[in-house]
Amino acid sequence: MAEVLVVVEHSDGAVKKVTLEMLTLARTLGEPSAVVLGAPGCAAPLVAVLGEYGACRVYVGESEEIEAYLVAPKVSALAALVRAASPAAVLLGGTQEGKEIAARLAVRLDNGLLVDVVDLAPDGTATQEVFAGSTVVKSKVVRGIPLVTLHSGSVTPSPAPVTPELSTVDVVLAEGDRLARVVERGAEQQGSRPELTEASIVVAGGRGVGSMEQFALVEELADLLGGAVGATRAAIDSGYFPHQFQIGQTGKTVSPQLYIALGISGAIQHRSGMQTSRTIVAVNKDAEAPIFELADFGVVGDLLEVVPQMIEEIRRRG
Amino acid sequence: MNIVVLVKQVPDSGAERALRPEDYTVDRESANNVVNEMDTYAIEEALRLTEAYGGEITVVTVGPASAADSIRKALQMGADRAVHVVDDAVHGSCALGTSKVLAAAIRTVNPDLVLTGAESTDGRVQAIPHMLAERLGIAALTGARRLSVDGSTLTIERQTEDGYEVVTAATPAVVSVWDTINEPRYPSFKAILAAKKKPVTTLSLADLGISPDEVGQRGASSTVLSASRRPVRQAGTKIVDAGDGGVRLVEFLASEKFV
Repeated sequence: MAEVLVVVEHSDGAVKKVTLEMLTLARTLGEPSAVVLGAPGCAAPLVAVLGEYGACRVYVGESEEIEAYLVAPKVSALAALVRAASPAAVLLGGTQEGKEIAARLAVRLDNGLLVDVVDLAPDGTATQEVFAGSTVVKSKVVRGIPLVTLHSGSVTPSPAPVTPELSTVDVVLAEGDRLARVVERGAEQQGSRPELTEASIVVAGGRGVGSMEQFALVEELADLLGGAVGATRAAIDSGYFPHQFQIGQTGKTVSPQLYIALGISGAIQHRSGMQTSRTIVAVNKDAEAPIFELADFGVVGDLLEVVPQMIEEIRRRG
Repeated sequence: MNIVVLVKQVPDSGAERALRPEDYTVDRESANNVVNEMDTYAIEEALRLTEAYGGEITVVTVGPASAADSIRKALQMGADRAVHVVDDAVHGSCALGTSKVLAAAIRTVNPDLVLTGAESTDGRVQAIPHMLAERLGIAALTGARRLSVDGSTLTIERQTEDGYEVVTAATPAVVSVWDTINEPRYPSFKAILAAKKKPVTTLSLADLGISPDEVGQRGASSTVLSASRRPVRQAGTKIVDAGDGGVRLVEFLASEKFV
């Protein structure tokens, strides 16, 4: 069967959910091979879960230099691997880094690139959703192999255990790979909440929440449901919540099972980041707010009354 | 420090947007076309750098004749001059093709720094900065929320999935910026008048030494097979809170097995 390369997204010894989505999709296209690139020792803790989700082979490219420079060393390792293995397709995560690697790889291999793909058929036809999800596009790479980044949340990961074969990949840097040096990396407070783009429940607040203090209600509801917390640009610009949790056109795109919109009017820029959520509920004072056009269940009311009552009712039900 | 700022004209992301049924390219005729919002942060950052360290700002745009409106906006904000690549053969280019044209246009200016928005609001591919870095053989520092300059050393801070990174490179380099980096200025009346006298150089593919076969839909590395409007999501139940709104919402969540 044709080999399909899945470029593993990982951090701190764990794979990201999009990696499992890519492996699940890759199994419908051919035989998945996971590619782990990172600092020495990074791959060992990942092999078991990669095998659990069907990676027949795990390519391991480890080097201190991968961590020392921005994306380019990974591109060199991948370009060499693609030339040697001649895979049927290459899948990357639809993250900032995934897109950056894919862009460079496309130039080095002179290979077409499709980003934010939500599905890829065995004949190479990719499905993309553009213009805030309003238009569905089918497209195909016509120069080279399908080189795609997968929009996270598009595939439900399912296990298919195999015992992967391990192969070592040499990481040989090109001259231009050492131009952008990473001098510092830091974690930003995430707390115990799930990652926004991976969470199955997202509770988001807009300007209607009213203040930073009142935003604690959004967080309380999220924690009660085991969800992630997000915010609109308007709420973030008002200082209610940190910028990295912005959902929408210039922020993150989420597609959870449940999206709870609190005090969010539903401007098109925000909707573009959440409207593919499976179930959407909304609380807003303004009965005319566009968010209600998307909501499976909407409450026209003051969230300062509705949300505490929700919290009480959820607790009561235990 | 001489700076190129890339500016793209896009259909307004706050309004309905569509692909043209005949060739699945972005419908620019019926759209309200505006400067890609993210690019205005790149222009502002360029202005702040030249105000601090001197130098000239050149706006580079690839697009139809109507993109001159977006160039004017950038000149009104304070850029000094512009290069506009206009050629019918560019229409329908993929990111590889567009980056080839942009790289050639940037070479005509030979800047110390190329500033771009982190993404365009229409394509959202985020590929151009890194593609340019590959083609020009220079560094790409992407997704900056902060940029500082010390002589010929550029340092950015960027947000990542897990936190942040500080990345440094020597000029020349490409830097892309997010909307958290600054607050773009509004042009003054004086600046709007001054912009009318600023030079705009128009270049064709032939001027850049690029064959029409390498770009446009003919030279594209990917093709669109079909495009369709997604069915509009149907609104569900909407109730007015009569004192039990929270309970009823939780009842709905329970019926969907979320609680």
